[in-house]
Amino acid sequence: MSSKLVGLKNWIDDRFPMTKMWNEHLAEYYAPKNFNFLYFFGSLALVILIMQIVTGIFLTMYYNPTAEGAFRSVEFIMREVPFGDVIRNMHAVGASFFFIIVYLHMFRGMIYGSYKKPRELIWIFGMFIYLALMAEAFMGYLLPWGQMSYWGAKVIINLFGAIPGIGTEIAEWIRGDFVVSGVTLNRFFALHVIALPIVLLMLVVAHILALHEVGSNNPDGVEIKKKKDENGKPLDGIPFHPYYTVKDIFGIGVFMIIFMFVVFYWPEGGGYFMEANNFIPANPLLTPEHIAPLWYFTPPYAILRAVPNQGLGVFLMFASILIFFFLPWLDRSPVKSIRYRGPLFKGAMLIFVISFFVLGYLGILAPTEGRTWAARIFGSLYFLFFLLMPFYTSIDKTKPVPERVTQ
Amino acid sequence: MSDQDVDLERRRFLTISTSVVGGVGMAAASVAGIMYWTKSERALALGAPTVVSISRLKPGEQMVTLWRSQPIWLLKRTPEMLKELVRLNSHVKDSMSDESELQPSYAKNQYRSIREEIFIVIGICTHLGCSPRHKKAKELGADWGGGYLCACHGSKFDYAGRVFNGAPAPSNLKVPKHHFHPDNPNMVIIGVDPKDEGAKS
Repeated sequence: MSSKLVGLKNWIDDRFPMTKMWNEHLAEYYAPKNFNFLYFFGSLALVILIMQIVTGIFLTMYYNPTAEGAFRSVEFIMREVPFGDVIRNMHAVGASFFFIIVYLHMFRGMIYGSYKKPRELIWIFGMFIYLALMAEAFMGYLLPWGQMSYWGAKVIINLFGAIPGIGTEIAEWIRGDFVVSGVTLNRFFALHVIALPIVLLMLVVAHILALHEVGSNNPDGVEIKKKKDENGKPLDGIPFHPYYTVKDIFGIGVFMIIFMFVVFYWPEGGGYFMEANNFIPANPLLTPEHIAPLWYFTPPYAILRAVPNQGLGVFLMFASILIFFFLPWLDRSPVKSIRYRGPLFKGAMLIFVISFFVLGYLGILAPTEGRTWAARIFGSLYFLFFLLMPFYTSIDKTKPVPERVTQ
Repeated sequence: MSDQDVDLERRRFLTISTSVVGGVGMAAASVAGIMYWTKSERALALGAPTVVSISRLKPGEQMVTLWRSQPIWLLKRTPEMLKELVRLNSHVKDSMSDESELQPSYAKNQYRSIREEIFIVIGICTHLGCSPRHKKAKELGADWGGGYLCACHGSKFDYAGRVFNGAPAPSNLKVPKHHFHPDNPNMVIIGVDPKDEGAKS
């Protein structure tokens, strides 16, 4: 480096902790050397968040947040703005991919016990990110003002009407009108493009700061900070930069190839990324024959539909999401990773994953009596995974955890 | 300044009093933020009553109008439909409209209407707000006497908007405030009670 550049670096470092931050979070942040495929999804989530923000900013340049103009302006972006369809499809498909990545990221945390002590706060910040992301996706889905936008928002806002006593007032307060209208659209736009992105970014910073404070977990669930060399560096750790930055950039490359292939050739995703009914403008008089939320909301939605009592259904739907917050304290196992856990946890985890997929599938379909019963059975299994966890994790037969990570 | 000069009592008082004043100020400011989200004058005005003519409605027919962007169904029931409603009394959750918030007092009867044959109801499912579909007699099986089916979660309602047993909807469909024009029985005013109209004019 030329002396002038070194001089500039020193000038900045005297005024801003540039080199210090670079070292703390990248060059001297030691991550376990045994990360596997599942560890791509943290950095991918960050990449897709940035992509959603950039494409979102571009969309607002033409989008018109009124009941009269919203649908037309989205069609205008799709048909008449140069490359508008690419930007719009990236944003819409990006929402679904964001959830695919976040669900895999959460699954990774669950099987390797990454929520366990001392990483409880990382998990809790992550859960808040998940909640903010769901709110962001829900509000964003109203903006194209299609039939599914309108009726989906109507159904979900009415959930608040189930609150005893003040439910109707709360629902009208959220809508700003007697029913979902242009007023609702306009405020959802404000929340979607300003409020929630700021909240999301702050939570992501908290999530990463908490992670870098305690260090990453790994597929063995071994604390690498326990075995250090003479310089105080973890023996099983490698600097995040350049080792994992290079690995993650490769992962991003593979991901972008898959992602852009979908954006170019399959943006509707067979009706799972964009629903056919949403290409029809919102009509308050005509409910679509079948209202299904987008796939990433369908497991809680199937639970909501399975309960005959409305108030209890709403409660259980929210409970099915919020119960994840308690995972660090429900799990009593002495080991973190599924590699050293016993058959009880492995079986419970398998049943949970199956229940999640079955509920997700049932939530997409129209309700029948048989499907409602299936949703009740798998919904119960879903909750039992959490509620019985303190028992089966404490009596489960675990294997001894090695001192160092395995290859 | 040395430690001896610190008046801890005074500092404590100042800390508490500034916190209280600041807290009250923030609470007061949040009122503006919360009230900003309530219905504007324009939204209230757009929710004003609406007038519909039912002069062309034939027995067995139903028309739809909009009030507060909600579908309002106006159904002219035939004597057979009314007879069917009596038969269904044991099949519905709330046959005599005991839940009083769901209809004005003048529609609190088993037909849920002012005039037996004219049924006026908000066509929004009380479960989660979908609009149910009209299904004529026999459309949903041999024992179906006609009524409404909500496609979203499968709730069924009869021709008085009464919800059938076992449906996810917690209650009957809502009957809006309404009355017939004193001089023209074919004019329905939706959104106003009969007594309010008298007071206004």
